[in-house]
Amino acid sequence: MVENRPILNIVSHIVLILGIAIVALPIWITFVAATHDAVRMTQAPIPLLPGSHFWENFQQTLWGSGLSGTEIAPVWRMLLNSLAMAMMISLGKIAISLISAFAIVYFKFPFRMGFFWLIFITLMLPVEVRILPTFEVVADLGMLNSYWGLSVPLIASATATFMFRQVFLTIPDEMLESARIDGAGPMRFFWDIVIPLSRTNIAALFVILFIYGWNQYLWPLLITTDTDMTTIVMSIKQMLEAAEQSPQWNIIMMTALLAMIPPVFVVVAMQKLFVQGLTETDK
Amino acid sequence: MLKRVHFPSSLLPYLLVAPQIAITLVFFIWPASQAVYQSFLIEDAFGLSTEFVWFENFELLFEDDIYLATFGRTIFFSAAVAILSMSMALILAGFADRVVRGATAYRTLLIWPYAVAPVLAGALWVFMFNPTLGIFPYILDFVGVDWNHYLNGNQAMALVVFASAWKQIAYNFLFYLAAMQSIPRSVIEAAAIDGAGPIRRFKDFIFPLVSPTTFFLLVINAVYAFFETFGIIHAVTQGGPANSTTILVYKVFNDGFVGLDLGGSAAQSVILMVLVIAMTVVQFRFVERRVQY
Repeated sequence: MVENRPILNIVSHIVLILGIAIVALPIWITFVAATHDAVRMTQAPIPLLPGSHFWENFQQTLWGSGLSGTEIAPVWRMLLNSLAMAMMISLGKIAISLISAFAIVYFKFPFRMGFFWLIFITLMLPVEVRILPTFEVVADLGMLNSYWGLSVPLIASATATFMFRQVFLTIPDEMLESARIDGAGPMRFFWDIVIPLSRTNIAALFVILFIYGWNQYLWPLLITTDTDMTTIVMSIKQMLEAAEQSPQWNIIMMTALLAMIPPVFVVVAMQKLFVQGLTETDK
Repeated sequence: MLKRVHFPSSLLPYLLVAPQIAITLVFFIWPASQAVYQSFLIEDAFGLSTEFVWFENFELLFEDDIYLATFGRTIFFSAAVAILSMSMALILAGFADRVVRGATAYRTLLIWPYAVAPVLAGALWVFMFNPTLGIFPYILDFVGVDWNHYLNGNQAMALVVFASAWKQIAYNFLFYLAAMQSIPRSVIEAAAIDGAGPIRRFKDFIFPLVSPTTFFLLVINAVYAFFETFGIIHAVTQGGPANSTTILVYKVFNDGFVGLDLGGSAAQSVILMVLVIAMTVVQFRFVERRVQY
């Protein structure tokens, strides 16, 4: 604080609270919609204060048939699918980026820079610009409607490799020298020195990648046709379509709430790691 | 780049890079080269024969008024999303930087929309603006605005811009706040001693000093609006009404998977690839500069 201006302080707090209100309004309306019964949610104007049907909706959404009159998987099954996809994508990205960054930083071998640039190129090829041919590759490999198909094509990561490269470059050379004097081979050095030293970076990256994986939409939409493989994020779109015939906004909004709770929880609970991960990967 | 002390060459480093390289080749390089190849082909209506036509697909695209309109619309959409969400974030960060008490609490409450999937953000906004049930059409009705984004193209565009900008405020806010907090206090204090009030300090010191962040965020927001808003548009408008919210990425998807125009869709993919490469180059040149700054 540079100077004491009580009025400006009050204005600051008011503006920030207004900002939070704008940011939180869509979620509040979603929450309120999830606490009323289906009949109330067909009468305009929709309520702005919570009702008393939260647990009813919660149980019907999670364990019951969910939205009646549609052929979609039960919500608990979709949550499991999303969890599996998010975990496979985030852990897979971290694993393969760790070992490739280790190879590029700690080994001198032919084509080292060639491999580095090849990984770099993936940054310029988001899935949106190569959807059709990538879909064909996955179909030819028989990976449609499987967890492998959902995760493996997404786990190459230039940003994660770059981040680990930066981290490894800050590890003092003396570490390796003394490890070698003590007779440690490359993999021993990797497990006992490199991994423990990059622990917080791995955790920070995990937070970002978990959100990235959980929120995937276009890719699962293309490669899953089997309702058992639907992810929770995808199901919202199907429910919105069904809503045009039979609006059950309480169930749809409860599903939306369930779909956003895990990644939002990760961000709020691990806020420090989240901020670190976001600024380190720069994207 | 390479450690001064390192391990000698052996089979091991190749095994270590193998998984990453294999996935890159199979799921990135090969499909991308297929997209480039297909963009030179035209398939007949029955998919029986294909003909190699060099740049005819691209020529057709650039003569196509619908495609050119989509291009212009995408640029408008990106600019609107970037300006709306960055200015909101700048204002909030400016005030949050001043506040001593509760700064962390404000940050926590402002950052979590980052974790909401684009398609979910779309679902929330489409519910709030539902013409028969939504809370906003109900309010707008009192001031004489008849809201129906299923029929009115401008309203549909406004809705996807709101939803996209809303989701991005968190990201922009975090980067602006970090940039403002890294400005040396002595600079601001010196300005205050010389008699510059809070508005003057913001205009002449804080805003210019965070301009590298502004530029960085412009690129990031453009990439976001170009590529990551697919879910929002798919949930809110499906590109309609009458293509009024179809942006480039949505058109690639629509022409390829719904319209099954392989050559045209591939040519559009290639144009998008060129755009991503350009944006990535700008971003990286900037990141290098920021290190010196």
